[in-house]
Order: sequence, then C-alpha cells, then structure tokens
Amino acid sequence: MNVWQFMLQNRLEVLDLTLEHLWLVGVSTLLSVLIGVPLGIWITRWPGLNKPILGTANVIQTIPSLAFFGFLLPAPWIGTRADRLAILALTLYALLPLIRNTCAGIKGVDPAVVEAGRGMGLTDRQLLFQVELPLALGVIIAGIRVATVISVGLATIAAAIGAGGLGEYIFRGLAMVNNSVILAGAIPAAAMALLADVGLGWLERKLSPN
Amino acid sequence: MEFTPNDAPAIEFRHVSYSLNNTHELVRDLNLTISRGETLVLLGRSGSGKTTTLKLVNHLLTPSAGEIVVDGRPLTEWDVIRLRRIIGYVIQEGGLFPHFTVGSNIGLVPKIEGWPATRIENRVRELLQLVGLSPDVAGRYPSQLSGGQRQRVGVARALAADPPFLLMDEPFGALDPLTRAELQTEFLALQNRLRKTIVFVTHDLREALLFGTRIALMEAGQLVAIGTKEEFEKSTHPFVVAYREAFRTQGGQP
Repeated sequence: MNVWQFMLQNRLEVLDLTLEHLWLVGVSTLLSVLIGVPLGIWITRWPGLNKPILGTANVIQTIPSLAFFGFLLPAPWIGTRADRLAILALTLYALLPLIRNTCAGIKGVDPAVVEAGRGMGLTDRQLLFQVELPLALGVIIAGIRVATVISVGLATIAAAIGAGGLGEYIFRGLAMVNNSVILAGAIPAAAMALLADVGLGWLERKLSPN
Repeated sequence: MEFTPNDAPAIEFRHVSYSLNNTHELVRDLNLTISRGETLVLLGRSGSGKTTTLKLVNHLLTPSAGEIVVDGRPLTEWDVIRLRRIIGYVIQEGGLFPHFTVGSNIGLVPKIEGWPATRIENRVRELLQLVGLSPDVAGRYPSQLSGGQRQRVGVARALAADPPFLLMDEPFGALDPLTRAELQTEFLALQNRLRKTIVFVTHDLREALLFGTRIALMEAGQLVAIGTKEEFEKSTHPFVVAYREAFRTQGGQP
C-alpha cells in the first residue's frame, strides 16, 4: 500500500493528527510571541539584560528536543498532560528567534529616525509604538516565520511523549518499518511548514516599511 | 504651547562639559549665552563638538559638568518631554519617519498634543505652503520625495507646533549645491518671518555668514571665537583666519 492510499483510507485520522499538530504549533507560537516580543523589547531598553536573556534562550535551544520533553515530564500540572508539556517545550524553543529578531529589528531602525523622534519630544512609549515597532515589524515577522517552521518540525517529536500530532505516524511507521506510514506523517508536516513559510513570508514583505 | 517669554536669555551654557565614558571630552568648559530671537551659528570642522553642543540643548545628551539654562530654568528642572516639544529639531536628511506619510510626519506632534483632526489638517497644509511644497505632497511617503523636498518636510515638521526654539543640525548639508542654495534663500526669508531663537550647526562658512546673527567657532570641543558677522570677517584670531582662508582658497566650497 503506498502512502496516498494509506492517507486516503485513514483520512479522518490524518485530519485529526494534522489538527492536533496545528494546535501544538499554533498555541506554542502564540505564547512565544507573547513572551518573546516583550523580552526582545525589554533588552533593547536594558542592555545589561541582553546577555543573560539571549544566553538563556540560546542554551534552551541547544537542549536536544527528545531530552527536553523528558526533562519536563516531572513538572507539576504541565507534566500531567502531554500536550501541555509539548506546548511548553515548543514555546521555549521558539523564544530565541523571537527575542533575537525583535531586538535586532528595533536596533536596526535608522538611528537618525529614532533621534528625530526623541528630539521631537516623543515619550519612550510613543517612540516604541509609533516608530520603532512599526519599523521593526518586518524583522519580527521574519523571526516568527523561522520559529514557526522550526516548531512544525519539532512538534513531530512531541509524539514520543504522547502529545499526538503528525509525529504519531512517523513513530508508528518507524516501529512498523513502513515507509508509507512514516510519509503519511512527514508529508503533511512538510506541507504545513512550507505553507507557514510562504504565508508568513508574504506577511513579512507586506508589513516591511518601504 | 505652554511657553511664556520672559526677560531671561533664551539659552545659556554655564561651564558645560560633555565627555564620553569620562575619558574623551567632546565639549570642554563651554560658556555661551543665546538671546531671544537670534540665530546663533555653531561653526566648526567635523568633530569640533558643534553637534554635541546642539544635542545638549534638547537633552539628547546630558552634560557631565556645568549647567544649561533654557528660558531661565536649568535643564534639570525641565520635564524633558515638554522641553523638547517647545524646541523644534531639524537634522540632516530630515530624519523623517519612513512609514508615515508627509502629512502624518508633520502632524505627529500636534496629534500627540491632542489637536483636533481638522486643525492638524489645516496646520499641515499651511506648513507645506510655508516651506514651498504643494498641499498634495501630504499624502506621499518620504521615499517618494527628492532630497530637497524631504528637507523641506523636515523643517515643516519641526515647526508644526510653533515652537519658540529651533535647533538645526546641518539641515542643508546633504543637498546638491543648486538645491542647497534654493533652500538657503527660502530659509532666510522664513527666518525673518518667524523670528525664532535658532541654533544652527554648520561647517559651511558662507552658510554661517548668511544666517548667523552671531557666529561661534568651535575647535576640539572648545569655543574659540564668537561674534557678529562683521566681527567674524574682521577677526584676527588664528583659528578664524585659518577657517576663512580655507574657504577662500577652495572657492567657498566646503
């Protein structure tokens, strides 16, 4: 049985796992944006925090994902449900590109423009929301794009701790030594990553200032 | 704007120094009094401290020693945001917000100050006219303008809320000679009409002589000579002579 026949026969399950996968990626990306963007802004205001925060995010990224999922298992509340655990891990992984791009985007705004704004008497908040963030938006979206594509791939590993998603097929296929089953998980995941990349790429271009 | 003219000098520098990381002194023991309504030109070569001096006035930089008094009040007693709102600031190439239209660029401070929309609209139209631009430029983005037009918008933006002070940092420095001459002529007329207290930074002697009520020559962070145009042209101070000579031999081209 080839992969397409397999997917057609199990289309409801494929859909189910795809939706689970989307849930894991979507929620974790949203959370990482909510945490990462403010942190990225924060470290442009307090440069002393730059190293510790980016360093921590960097270290998190170096933890092998399978080990990370395992580490988090004993955590209270989080550890009791596999999807919570997977979302937490994926969120932490996505933080680095978000913090880094937010910070780089804001620092990349033409200093003459920032100085003009400051010289005109904009408060720090006005400068941030009227000038810096709008001008950094393209770079921030680029960070979200990288984070999302990485998350789609990493989320397949979450199946190892029972969090569901398209990784189920991949692990099942590996156990059964059946390429069709592996591909039934890998192909939709790859398509999802591609779509996210194209879609966010389009948004990035659209929101980048001329 | 909440600004009441009084008899105090507009801007005073009292033994002001500014150093970077307490090592390199960019401005050293500066004493300077700028009267109301005058245009003081800070003249000097690159790195002489003139831009630093300018940025000390609107508190973009904080002096490491000494005191700056604006409108009779030491800078330390001013609310920085209020201070900057009564000081228009024009920089080279305009420093316009690239994601805002010309209209939004000019109208930003009035908008923050809470002016009603129609008043802002009228003010934008009035200012565009004042700097010699057609009102339909308001809908364009800075990237769609020429360098000269951008600079005009920069001046219009600085004047938006009618500030009594104006700081100008080589506003015409990045323009081609023809456009520069055109803008200089127009600004001269504007200057006579508006009667603002202006601090104007340039390295161009001719520009200094054109606009300056008084000219202050800076060298290596220090004020070396100050005087009216006439005094400046007659001065035998070695630095002033050297500066004049440099311009004469190059045919006035900086």
